Amino acid sequence: MIEGPPPGAGRAAAGGLRPGATRGLVSGTIPFSSVDGPGNRFVAFLQGCNFDCIACHNPYTIHACHHCGECVDACASGALTFDGAEVSWDADACTGCDDCVRACRFDSTPKARTLSVDELVEAVRGPAPFLSGVTVSGGEATLQAGFVRDFFATLKADARLGRLTCFVDSNGAAPAEVWDDLDPVMDGAMIDLKAFDDDVHRRMTAQPNAPVLRSIEQLAAGGKLHEVRLLLLPGVNDAPEQLARTAAWLRGVDPDVRVKVIGFRCHGVRPIAGDVPEPTAEAMAGYAEVLRGEGLERLVLV
Amino acid sequence: MAIAELPRPELRDLARGVIDDPTLSYRQRVQRLAGLAENALEMPDVSAACRQALEERVVCDMFEGNAPYRPRYLLPDYARALQRGSAYLELPPPADLHEALWFLASMYAQVPSITGYPVYLGDLDTVLAPYVEGWSVDEIVPVLRPFWRALDRMLPDAFVHTNLGPSDTPFARAVLRLERELLQVVPNLTLKVHPDLTPDDLLLDAVHTVFACAKPHFVNDPMMVGDLGDDYGVVSCYNSLKIGGGSHTMVRLDLSAVARRHRGPSERFFDDTLPRYVELTAELMEARIRHLVERARFFEHDWLVREGLLSLDRFSAMFGLYGLAEAVDALMARDGHPGRYGHDEAANALSYRITRAVAAQVAQRPLPHCEGFGGRALLHAQSGIDSDVGVTAGTRIPIGSEPGLYQHLRAVAPHHTLFASGVSDIVHFDETATRNPEAVVDVIRGAFAEGMRDVTFNLDSNDFIRITGYLVRKSDLARIDEGARHGSTFLGAGSEAEAHCTQRATKRVVAHERLAGAERRSDA
Repeated sequence: MIEGPPPGAGRAAAGGLRPGATRGLVSGTIPFSSVDGPGNRFVAFLQGCNFDCIACHNPYTIHACHHCGECVDACASGALTFDGAEVSWDADACTGCDDCVRACRFDSTPKARTLSVDELVEAVRGPAPFLSGVTVSGGEATLQAGFVRDFFATLKADARLGRLTCFVDSNGAAPAEVWDDLDPVMDGAMIDLKAFDDDVHRRMTAQPNAPVLRSIEQLAAGGKLHEVRLLLLPGVNDAPEQLARTAAWLRGVDPDVRVKVIGFRCHGVRPIAGDVPEPTAEAMAGYAEVLRGEGLERLVLV
Repeated sequence: MAIAELPRPELRDLARGVIDDPTLSYRQRVQRLAGLAENALEMPDVSAACRQALEERVVCDMFEGNAPYRPRYLLPDYARALQRGSAYLELPPPADLHEALWFLASMYAQVPSITGYPVYLGDLDTVLAPYVEGWSVDEIVPVLRPFWRALDRMLPDAFVHTNLGPSDTPFARAVLRLERELLQVVPNLTLKVHPDLTPDDLLLDAVHTVFACAKPHFVNDPMMVGDLGDDYGVVSCYNSLKIGGGSHTMVRLDLSAVARRHRGPSERFFDDTLPRYVELTAELMEARIRHLVERARFFEHDWLVREGLLSLDRFSAMFGLYGLAEAVDALMARDGHPGRYGHDEAANALSYRITRAVAAQVAQRPLPHCEGFGGRALLHAQSGIDSDVGVTAGTRIPIGSEPGLYQHLRAVAPHHTLFASGVSDIVHFDETATRNPEAVVDVIRGAFAEGMRDVTFNLDSNDFIRITGYLVRKSDLARIDEGARHGSTFLGAGSEAEAHCTQRATKRVVAHERLAGAERRSDA
């Protein structure tokens, strides 16, 4: 299902021409990550996604909270309250047990917060000396492209933070205008390619893959394609013949493309993933062999 | 039992136990028997209060032995020895790299320390630079390989330490390559890191080496130079001292025990209890220093001093601290606050207040024969010995309760500036870091930019494990009942049994050593 950006996300605050005032819906942040782009990175996970992937590892980031209040009963620490209209979350009282997230039937979280760009930039300031850069992930970060753009622009304009590189981790569904808009302030993007065959892609995400392929081509042409991720689910999208065509196409787009091959893991996924098994080490080696056979040299296996 | 002199029947039993122990090598037996003999003597005279603090292990002499007759750590000036040759060794200045390596090997055999082996082998990239001018890494490696193997076989003790950096040289690269190839416990290794002199590429090479064998340790070169001058070395488990000098002794204060003994309002802790125990620690240091220098007269007869490779005026002594975490938590609890060190801003603030108070008092307390540091002791965050149970090393956050890495580094960093002779915080990375070594480089750069002095990384997926800071191989620990070639592996076995440090979950080591009867144990 497709869900638009959360209300107000990505738009400048009232009368605001100042990028620092732009607000976005943020699911959470982590000060250090070694798995979200080059070097050590601050990561902001933005709430809301327009894909509904069976293998989603953080499904609570898919939808914005619609304040049904059901999660409040699941909260043992009293961090959640419901006034009949809105669920409120008290970060100080929260123990981080995530029982609320598990209780949510709508793939959301009561802990997403609306933050201004200025507030998010402040969160980067402390860890900055330890970082190569920042990454916005999700959810789907490009649904709040204006917020992302203003976040990056504010970092770039800051005397101490301007050296940080700015990356986007995306499902690749964004239209060309979004990437054009981000281009002046974005250093690179990491794109998930769920499946090269459109029917398989639709089965996995409920969406067509033409926009994703187009985004990969556009980013590669502009020198901004840092990495393509292939999340492989045994029996779903790992047919050798499809992998070979994927590799051939990627090589045609960018002969030097870095490809991260990620074996599906059950941790964190929803029951809709059913009984998809995790790939064995032998299966992973087999994927790598097929991809290398088609000329992809820069493979990273995870 | 190491505190008081030993009664004769017990001495006989202990000696018999050492001689009959089938897991000890000949040399390990000799070392332990020497420790028993030393502890048959009376310890230096101190006040009754000092003696009581020692017997209760609030103040701990590291089981160095009752009658110190060689400095704990000494750092001979190897470069000077190579330049001038040695009358004692009857060796002329070496003419080439082969001769220089044999010169050093000969010298190492004649260098004492608390462990019986040298704890410092020199900054070998600097010391050997004149002999490898114009050499490539590929040319250095085959010449260095047998020497590097010999270090591990001749000096089987993980406190044996060499340094590299801060500049990038083919020699430093050759050492890192050999470390990845040979996977040895010895030597322990430190890379000096300078923001302008150490390129990212050398740091990356070092991080790849950490992934292979948990070495090197990283130190903040500008901060060290600021405290100790250009000629400093890192020895044993991250003790930074002056080259040509060293540390007479180390006595450490268990802050958790001090906090437990405190009575009355919290403010009185800073006015009375803490300063009282700091002074008792200094008193024991003074007595031990005087014994070494004035009674055993090490500096009047040792060949290293005679040949100008060591000088008394570059020596000081180390004032060690440990158990800060438990001290903070106990004092917080007394005042009814639930906050814990590493997790709570108020608890962290209290921890800084404690270390600053100790540092200020130590900086005011004159000690004899410590001209190497202005007549004062060097503060050291002591990384534990294997008898420590339920007390966290140095200023570390307890095993298993470390917060996220960023919060962790933020919490401990403010202590580092105070500890001129070293503070080891061991950071544990999981395997994902091996696919992104640049992230580890980022953390090292950030840590030093934010004022940390020392950083050591450990990785779960290799055969090496850091105990107090020294390395043992897990495969050696598994075979400990059959004996071990490296004496330090025994200490690691005690630590592992008592502190389950091999099970530390995510990020960190604590370290301990065991007191076995009256046998002298030493570390860090």
